[in-house]
Amino acid sequence: MTPEELNQAAEREATASTVHDHVVGVCTSTACLASHSDKLKKEFDAAVKAKGLKNVRVKAVGCCGLCASGPMVYVESKANGSSEAATRTYANVASEHVPAVVESLGAAPVAALACDTTQPFFTRQHKIVLESSGVVDPERIEDSFVVGGYQALLKALTTMTPEEVVDTITRSGLRGRGGGGFPTGLKWSTVSKAVGDRKYVICNGDEGDPGAFMDRSVMESDPHRVLEGMAIAGYAVGATEGYLYVRAEYPLAVKRLKLAIKQAERAGLLGANIGGTFFSFKVDVRLGAGAFVCGEETALIASIEGRRGSPRPRPPYPAASGLWGFPTLINNVETFANIAPIVKNGAEWYAALGSGKSQGTKVFALTGKVLNTGLIEVPMGITLREIVYDIGGGPLPGHTIKAVQTGGPSGGCIPEAYLDQPVEYETLVKLGSIMGSGGLIAMDDTSCMVDVARYFMEFCMTESCGKCVPCRVGTVEMHALLTKICEGQATMTDLEQLEELCEVVKSTSLCGLGQTAPSPVISTLRYFRDEYIAHIEHKTCPAGVCSGLKSGAVKAQEVLA
Amino acid sequence: MSPTMTETTVVTLKIDDREISARSDQTVLEVAWENGLFVPALCHYEGLGDVGACRLCLVEIKGSPKLTPACVVKVTQDMEVVTQSERLAKYRRSIIELLFAERNHICSVCVSNGNCELQTLAQKLGVDHIRYPYLYPKVSVDASHSRFTLDHNRCILCARCVRACDEVEGAHVWDLFGRGVDTRLISDLGTPWGESETCTTCGKCVHICPTGALVEKGKSVAEMVHARPRFAAMARVRSSSGR
Repeated sequence: MTPEELNQAAEREATASTVHDHVVGVCTSTACLASHSDKLKKEFDAAVKAKGLKNVRVKAVGCCGLCASGPMVYVESKANGSSEAATRTYANVASEHVPAVVESLGAAPVAALACDTTQPFFTRQHKIVLESSGVVDPERIEDSFVVGGYQALLKALTTMTPEEVVDTITRSGLRGRGGGGFPTGLKWSTVSKAVGDRKYVICNGDEGDPGAFMDRSVMESDPHRVLEGMAIAGYAVGATEGYLYVRAEYPLAVKRLKLAIKQAERAGLLGANIGGTFFSFKVDVRLGAGAFVCGEETALIASIEGRRGSPRPRPPYPAASGLWGFPTLINNVETFANIAPIVKNGAEWYAALGSGKSQGTKVFALTGKVLNTGLIEVPMGITLREIVYDIGGGPLPGHTIKAVQTGGPSGGCIPEAYLDQPVEYETLVKLGSIMGSGGLIAMDDTSCMVDVARYFMEFCMTESCGKCVPCRVGTVEMHALLTKICEGQATMTDLEQLEELCEVVKSTSLCGLGQTAPSPVISTLRYFRDEYIAHIEHKTCPAGVCSGLKSGAVKAQEVLA
Repeated sequence: MSPTMTETTVVTLKIDDREISARSDQTVLEVAWENGLFVPALCHYEGLGDVGACRLCLVEIKGSPKLTPACVVKVTQDMEVVTQSERLAKYRRSIIELLFAERNHICSVCVSNGNCELQTLAQKLGVDHIRYPYLYPKVSVDASHSRFTLDHNRCILCARCVRACDEVEGAHVWDLFGRGVDTRLISDLGTPWGESETCTTCGKCVHICPTGALVEKGKSVAEMVHARPRFAAMARVRSSSGR
């Protein structure tokens, strides 16, 4: 498909949609599917058909964000003759509401279901990665055409050299969204300069942090954006093959990605001679088998090669010797989802967003003890307080926010007092946590920080691949010590040993999993040492979580005494 | 492996403040050992591919914020390496202690007593007691093979046997199964060793095992002596015969 043909296809689709005065979008992402939104969509279809409404289109869309209030449904209506559409968003829609919603088309909205989209949850967000999530039907490529899908790829192929693409990404300031924050442009330029008969592009969709679902949502809601980003990367670094490594626990994402690849190949936007140019790029999906460690790049590569998913020491880095020993570019789903907008709008546009050394936006899976949970995309530099109190709606009634956990099992807890700090890679590291891939868990006064540390340690312990000694055995010993503290059996000597083990495991483990496994312990010890001491010296769990211990606050004097 | 295209040169570097010359295709560990320096290692064995798993050979390299396994990093011109420091000694002791705590290593009743690399390293590193609670896992002994025994109680998962069988013997009987602390050595995808169709009974894995996990049958306490020179010769023959 040439750029002209792509424009024509987009126009054709736009024209075809003019017959629809009303579009009913039903979220069919995993969270809403869990509340039977697929059934809901069928009921909308049936209701529209029964009434013989030819001007209504019911479509399945991706994630609308406010997962806590699913199933989400929106109605886009055009006033007679006008091309401007007004949108109504409905939350918690159930089967019995279908007739009312259909009845309300062109009339007053269903007040009982109305979801206020002027609330900060919606207005404080800035969507780049999720721009088309919840707008396009992820199973129809034509829907993506209307919102500019694949325009950036063809722009890059027909008007830019690979070096210009790398340069654009470098100047945009984009950094790896998988958690490490390595400058994406630098990685691309390293792979493009590496010498190899073949090169590969890998998209890391092995999202495994507990409670995080950013990448799943992007893959489910807007798969073409990811594919487009990968193809642009392939062109930029000189790769002709790509692998999408997705965990098998994401069947819907896998299904939609496979469908999207087929559709893009049919449209000539993937495969041989893309857009009539000499560039060819093939994408294959590979499934993970449920190992968290396979999110580590060398373990992921081993897994694609069909070997045991365990990491190997770096260097050599995958950029020099990756998949089958060839230079390999490996980026996270969200990183690839940022590529097309950057190429389309230019590096300066992207670099202008954000603050410090962190540009653009970041998608977070906001969970925990706040009113609004769901998927959000915020500009870098926003404060944690704005995320928790404005977007998240603050604590549950009668409670206070105690800390925010970012970065999952590799991250740390940031106490309430530091919530005015901006969301930037460097700032979060300084606070003892990391940006991570985007899990953001709010904790209130009912959360015991020792228990939280124990939870993450249990996760690391069971997900350790077992290759290196400190991670394999050290996590087990640390978990045992944390359990002892939670049960009120520990002494101050145990705490000393825990801190020493933290240092050993952090400094000597082979890969990122082990090196960061002690982080939740280290950060909770840094800010909530009094809670550890309350458990050990006073046999008290201040949050009342640890069973078998007294609950209630320990006075500061007592802790010091 | 195909020969690398990069030219081998001679470099000079500093290890523990000693000026040393080496070939650029050598690893830091090789060079250190060649010069009589003590750097502990359990998963490394001459003639086998390195995996950097035991983390005992970690050294400090000037300019790198992280500790580096000496077995996988090649020497470079003007490199400055520190193999002995208070911090490294502490970490090495901790790792040895963690290994002892992981399985059921009872030296006094072990066939490899006195001939065990784990035991020797513990003595050299001054590990006189184990501070971490023992995990006491319930693991089995596979005595189904006619000549050898696999005792999981002594296994430290260094995977030397896996690599020796795969890289030198070419039989690939051994593999690692499971995850984390539940990782186990398995033969032929989990069938008992005695029923293995791929095992050639060559004994390489037995003679390369650093502990008493893979042993010859009929040996009593402290009687199992590993025939290391024999393995080294076999590995050399293998590597010089057209690979």
